[in-house]
Amino acid sequence: MQNNFQPALTEAVYYILLSLLHPLHGYGIMQNAEQLSGGRVRLAAGTLYGALNTLLEKRWISALPEEKDSRKKEYIITETGKTVLKAEISRLTSLAETGQRIMDMEQEDNEK
Amino acid sequence: MRTVIRKWFWAWEMDKEEAWLAECAAKGLSLVAVDFCKYTFEETAPGAYQVRLEMLPESPRHPESRKYLEFLEETGAEYIGYVNRWVYVRRKSELGAFDLFSDLSSRAKHLGRILSLLRVLMIFNAGAGIYNLCIGIGFPSTVNIVCGCISLAVMGLLLYGYRKVDKVQKALKREQQVFE
Repeated sequence: MQNNFQPALTEAVYYILLSLLHPLHGYGIMQNAEQLSGGRVRLAAGTLYGALNTLLEKRWISALPEEKDSRKKEYIITETGKTVLKAEISRLTSLAETGQRIMDMEQEDNEK
Repeated sequence: MRTVIRKWFWAWEMDKEEAWLAECAAKGLSLVAVDFCKYTFEETAPGAYQVRLEMLPESPRHPESRKYLEFLEETGAEYIGYVNRWVYVRRKSELGAFDLFSDLSSRAKHLGRILSLLRVLMIFNAGAGIYNLCIGIGFPSTVNIVCGCISLAVMGLLLYGYRKVDKVQKALKREQQVFE
């Protein structure tokens, strides 16, 4: 039987995948994640390096061929990575909707 | 002008060492070279750099470590040097806050590397201590007994450090169950 269980992504992985919808190098990912999260998520270089290697192993992202004059390696999300990202967005949406619905019901009950 | 300060930190005092380097940087002394118990600083504007250290899984000369250090340099960090498997990096403060780890799991993993090193050193010292004591008692030899006692004392010290790091790692893992 196929197991479709996919654990929740960490915030770091979520923002890395979102950032890599366009090719970016390490520092670009750090800056983009911070910008996308409104300054809330700051990826540190060591954490980012470990996460990038894990994502490469999982084939959720791939490294682009290096340009001659550039030492900076660029990465891009793969189709598998996009599928994982969509599933995570859907999980988060459901999570937020459920939470909001329960909180609204609780508030209505308290007002009665 | 360069200033050399000789100072000793235990392997489990990484936070204390980073805090001391930050204190030096705040006074305008930025780390430019490291050696065993030897820190070389140059004068810069106070707080111009932030220094971080990390124990790598391999020797800093290993190709994997080289790749990692190049990656750090791509993000604006400057590699200063290494002592054993410990590397020292710094980044200009104007680029923003500088950390090597930003989540609980990578912090816990890093502490795991320090614990592995301490485990190996403890086993070595325990073995050397017991061996020397057995030899020293079997064939009465004061030198072996003294060496054995020193090894066991070092092992006790390492055990103290191990328990300190282990406590922090366990706390991080407990946090991970809730926050990641």
